[in-house]
Amino acid sequence: MAEREQIKKPAPQREHSEAPEAPAASGQGEELKAELDDLLDEIDEVLESNAEDFVKSYIQKGGQ
Amino acid sequence: MAVPKICGIETEFGIAHTGAEDANPITASSLLINSYLSEVERTGEGGPAKGVSWDFEDEKPGNDIRGIAPPGSLAPEMETHLVNAVLTNGARYYVDHAHPELSTPECSNALDATRYDKAAELILIRSMEAAAAVLPPGQALVVYKNNSDGKGNSYGCHENYLMARTTPFSHIVVHATAHLVTRQIFTGSGKVGAEAPGLTTREVPFQITQRADFFEEEVGLETTLKRPIINTRDEPHADARHYRRLHVITGDANMSEVATFLKVGTTAVVLAMVEDDFLAREFRFRSPVQAMRQVSYDLGLAAPLEMADGASATALDIQWDLLDQARKYADSHGLDAVGGPVGEMVLDRWEQVLAGLEADPVSMAGQLDWVAKHRLVQGLAERHGLRPDDARLAALDLQYHDLRPERSVAARAGLEALVSPLDARSAVSEPPSDTRAYFRGQCLKRWASSIVAANWDSVVFDVGEEPLRRVPMMEPARGTAAHVGRLLADCDTAVELLARLRDQQTR
Repeated sequence: MAEREQIKKPAPQREHSEAPEAPAASGQGEELKAELDDLLDEIDEVLESNAEDFVKSYIQKGGQ
Repeated sequence: MAVPKICGIETEFGIAHTGAEDANPITASSLLINSYLSEVERTGEGGPAKGVSWDFEDEKPGNDIRGIAPPGSLAPEMETHLVNAVLTNGARYYVDHAHPELSTPECSNALDATRYDKAAELILIRSMEAAAAVLPPGQALVVYKNNSDGKGNSYGCHENYLMARTTPFSHIVVHATAHLVTRQIFTGSGKVGAEAPGLTTREVPFQITQRADFFEEEVGLETTLKRPIINTRDEPHADARHYRRLHVITGDANMSEVATFLKVGTTAVVLAMVEDDFLAREFRFRSPVQAMRQVSYDLGLAAPLEMADGASATALDIQWDLLDQARKYADSHGLDAVGGPVGEMVLDRWEQVLAGLEADPVSMAGQLDWVAKHRLVQGLAERHGLRPDDARLAALDLQYHDLRPERSVAARAGLEALVSPLDARSAVSEPPSDTRAYFRGQCLKRWASSIVAANWDSVVFDVGEEPLRRVPMMEPARGTAAHVGRLLADCDTAVELLARLRDQQTR
């Protein structure tokens, strides 16, 4: 591959530099995992019972 | 100075008629919309004006911004015989290409566009309930706010932006392409599998967008075949001497309000910068179509995109650059063209989301559809030991977009809201106050029986005397509450309104 110049993103002179919250640290990680588990429990309940048929029968006409 | 970036969102919804043999999507869509119209008429909620139809007088979807369309271009056809209603919130609700479609009223900023997009969801939910009441037991209409059936059929969620006619189209093409290709990292709604020719779930188990698989051209007039990244439809629905309307067809329909807000907000800012000739740096991809898919398939957001000059940049690099430009633009030009304070909100959100994506995409699971959906797809696959092509994952994907509150996965995904339930509810029947949609909506609310037709740029009255009176609204930023609120309040009848308007003209 030919040498390429990497376009670097401009040095972050991001004025409003309230740093976004760091991604979940390990303590929070447990919490997130529990939350995802609850969510998946709920989703298991609302998911169409016959996924195969449901997916197969969902056919749309092409639009824009 | 850039013209106000008046904008709107038009969404074609997926529709399923369950429990019926030989269901027909056009019939189903008509039934869905007619059920809604009857329901709000019956309850007297001032939803739509049932007798008022869409006026096709000035529709010219075949016009091409480049002048003459290249041979072989397929101009979109208009289906004038299908149900086609104008709502009192200024929206249009109709059947298009075998889908129910709702176009929001014209909005002055991205937050309003998000509010009316949310109202559209409420209207569709209400429509499903109304249809259930008239269908035989065991049958229902189910609406999906997505863009693909997973089998190669796509339907769109388009955005529209008011542009100055004087802006060179070639400038729009360069900068809008750079933005549309790279904004996918926050506008994507996520998709299990791939629908581009030759690709399967094996190569692409999950991708960022619903739509990237369906784009084959860089610039063109089509919307249903050989879809182009930049659409050249030249149909301003406004004074064509001053304006054009940029019709953006690349976007996904979003369940996340933050995604909708940023999709419209960042695009409006980029277009304002183009119009003010503020963007000095050009990002030209070697192959925009390929770049579009590359971005969509790259969940790690690290793929270098090849530039025409041999350099490379990631989608995040380009988005950071556009944001930095936007900050400078805000300092030098202000953000009045994109809603003032709402424009500031767009820049702050934009920064927050880029920083979050850069640190760890999963940190944006409460803000962005593709991240939220991907997390659930991965979670479900792990829990049940599913392979990437298991139908349950495809089902989860579809059901993420199911608008039925009792079934919607998105509604359970913990997405951050920007619009209060109350504001969304009022937007179902009330027009925005600061665009011409105000005039359209108020006239329909008050004098529907005297109106025979309406469209984006006019309202046609029939007050019993010949001929019909067409009130043109060629200026999207006029007809606002500030402009006509007093006039409308002073009139008790449509006859009075027309007389007053005539006086103003002749004076």
